[in-house]
Amino acid sequence: MVSNRYLDDLINPEKNQNTFNLNSISKKDCEDLYRKLTFIREVEFKIAEERKNGEIGGPVHLAAGQEAIPVGISYHLNKNDYIFGAHRSHAHILALGSSLKGLFAEILGRSTGLSKGYGGSMHLIDKSVGFMGSVPIVAGTISLAVGAGFAISQKNTNSVSIAYIGDGGVEEGVFHESLNLASINNLPVIFVVENNLFSSHMDIKKRQPSSFTSRFAKANLINHKIIDGNNIIEVINASKDIIKETRENKKPWLIEAFTYRWFGHVDWREDIDVGTNRCRKSLNNWKLRCPIKRLKESLIEENIMDQSILDNIRTEIIDEINNTWEIALQEPFPEKNDLLKNIYFEKK
Amino acid sequence: MTNYITYSEAILEGFKYLLDNHKDVFVIGQGLWSPWYVGNTMRDLDKLYGKKRIIDTPVSENAVTGAAIGASLCGSKPIVVHPRMDFMLYAMDPIINQAAKWSYMFGGKANPQVTIRSIVNRGGEQGAQHSQILHSLFAHIPGLRVVMPYSVLDARDLLISSVLCKDPVIFIDDRWLYDEKDESKEVEKLNLEEVTSRKVLEGNDITIISSGYSTKISKNAIKIFNEANKNYSIELIDLRVINPINYDLILKSICKTKRFIVVDGGWKTCGLASEIISSVVEKLDPNILLSKPINLSLKNCPAPSANVLEREYYLSEQDIVSLLKRELLDS
Repeated sequence: MVSNRYLDDLINPEKNQNTFNLNSISKKDCEDLYRKLTFIREVEFKIAEERKNGEIGGPVHLAAGQEAIPVGISYHLNKNDYIFGAHRSHAHILALGSSLKGLFAEILGRSTGLSKGYGGSMHLIDKSVGFMGSVPIVAGTISLAVGAGFAISQKNTNSVSIAYIGDGGVEEGVFHESLNLASINNLPVIFVVENNLFSSHMDIKKRQPSSFTSRFAKANLINHKIIDGNNIIEVINASKDIIKETRENKKPWLIEAFTYRWFGHVDWREDIDVGTNRCRKSLNNWKLRCPIKRLKESLIEENIMDQSILDNIRTEIIDEINNTWEIALQEPFPEKNDLLKNIYFEKK
Repeated sequence: MTNYITYSEAILEGFKYLLDNHKDVFVIGQGLWSPWYVGNTMRDLDKLYGKKRIIDTPVSENAVTGAAIGASLCGSKPIVVHPRMDFMLYAMDPIINQAAKWSYMFGGKANPQVTIRSIVNRGGEQGAQHSQILHSLFAHIPGLRVVMPYSVLDARDLLISSVLCKDPVIFIDDRWLYDEKDESKEVEKLNLEEVTSRKVLEGNDITIISSGYSTKISKNAIKIFNEANKNYSIELIDLRVINPINYDLILKSICKTKRFIVVDGGWKTCGLASEIISSVVEKLDPNILLSKPINLSLKNCPAPSANVLEREYYLSEQDIVSLLKRELLDS
C-alpha cells in the first residue's frame, strides 16, 4: 500500500524537491539521462522563443517540466513497440530518439518535416522509432493504442502499446471505454497519465472529485502505480517492471505520474494569471521540483559528474539545437499542388 | 444446376473469403457471438475462426471503432461491425477525426486500412433512433471511402475489396436487401479505387441514379412502369461507391436520356441526391436537359414509429412510378 503521506506530497509543490539515489543507474546512463532531459528542455525553450518571435506560425503545446516521464518510459521501449501521443508530444517523440530536424521542419511547416508539413506541432509521426502518431483531440488516441494492443495480440509478439494521456483526457468517456476494453481482452497496453494537474486553464480540483486519476484503473481491475513524474529514477524503476510484466503477461497497466508544466497550456507564456489556482508561488515551487535540477544536484552530490562538465554538456546541446534550427529554416515548403495529395493512400 | 445465393449469404461468403485468405484480418463489434444481432451475415464465424479473430465487445462503439483504427495502423486489417448505424454515432470521433484524416495529417506516412461495416436496419415501427441511414454524412468527409452495395455479388465482392483497400472504408449494407437472390459466381477481385457506378438497366428516355436499397425499388418501379408503358426505356445506374464518386457513366447516360431522377433513401437536405444533381449540372450544359432534375429523397423528418406514418416516410416503388408517369407521359 502506498501511504497517504506519499500521495499528498506528490501533489504538493513544496514537497519532493530532494535529490535522487542513483545507485540503480550506471554512470554512463546517468550522463545519457541528463543529456536527454536537457535536450528536450532546451528544445522546448527554443520552440517557445521562436513562437514568441513569430517564426512559428501555429500553436505549440510545450512539455518543459514534464520531460522525465517520456524519457523514463522510453528507456525501456524499442522500435517494435507502439506509442501514441496527444497535443503535447514533442517530448514523447524526442524521448524515443526521433529526428530533431524532422520535428523542427514539421513545426515550421516544411515538406521535409516528420509529417511533411501536413501536421505541424500537434500531428507528429515517426514510425521508425515506434511513434505511431499524436493528435490534438483530447483522448483521441487512447482507443487507438488499445487497437495496437489488439494487433499485438493477433500477431502474438512481445511488443507493448503506450497511450500517453493527460489528466484532462481521463475526463472523456472514451478513456473509460478503452480501459474496460483493454482489461476484458487482456491487452498489453500501458496507459500513462501525465497528471500535470491542469487541463488548459483549469485546476483538476475544480474538475474532478479527486486529483488521483488512477482510481479509474481500479474500477476496471487494471494494475496501477502512482509515481513522482519529476523523479527520473522513480519513473525508470517503476516503468521497468511494468513494461517487462506487460510484455510477458499481456495485461494492461496504468501509470499515473504527477508533474507540472512550466509554460501555460499553449505557446510561450507562463499563464499564471489566466487559470484557476495557477500562481507564481506554485510555479516557482514546481520549478524547485524540476527533474533536471534534481538529477544535476544528485550527480554532483554523489561525485559522478561535476558542475562544469554538466554545464558544458548543456552548452553543447544548446549549440546543436540552434544549428539544427538554422538548418530546418532552410528546408523547403510544400508545393501548392500538394494540397490535394495524401487524402487517400498513395503509392510511394 | 444453377446455385443461388442471397445478399446476406454473400456477405457471409465475403467474411469467410477474407478470414481464409488474409490472416491479418479480424472482426470486432457488438453481437458477433450472437446470430440474433447480425442475422445470417456472420453466422458461426466465431466457431469457425475462433473468438480471438471474431471479437464480440462491450457496449463501447467509440473505443471499439478507435481500437480497430489503431490496430490497422499496426499491421492488422480489421473490420468493425456496427449492427445499427444509429449506434455508430458514438464513434464519430474515431471515424471522422482519426481514420478519415490519418493519412493526410501525417503526410501519407500511415494509412488506416480499416473497414467500418454499418448495417441499416429500419422499418417495423422502430422509430427515430433505430432507423437511420446516414451515408450522405459520411460521404461528406474527405478521406473516407463509402460503399453501398445493391447487388448480391457486390455485397460480397465490395466487402472484400473494401477490406483490402488501403483506406478507411464505410461499408453500408441494408437489411431490406438481405433476401435478394442472385446466381452464385466466383469471387471477382476488385480494386476499390477503380470501382465505379454500374448500369443495371439500359434505356433511352430517362436516367435513374440510386444506390443500395434505393436501386432495388427503382428497378422494381421501372418494371411496374414498363408493364403498362412498353414504349419507354429507362436507364438505371447503381452508384456502388458514393465517396469519392466517379461521374463518367452518369454524365454519359444523362447526355443520352436528357432527363434524370436521383432516388436516395436518406434525407433531402444536404443529401446524396442533392450532391449528385448539383455535380451533374455543374459538369454538363444544363440546356441539354428536357426537364428539371428530380430529387426523390426522404422527407426532412426523423423516422416515425406508427406504421401509418412509416408508410408516408419511406420511399416506395409507387413514388418512383408516379414520377416516371409525370416525366414521360404527362410532359
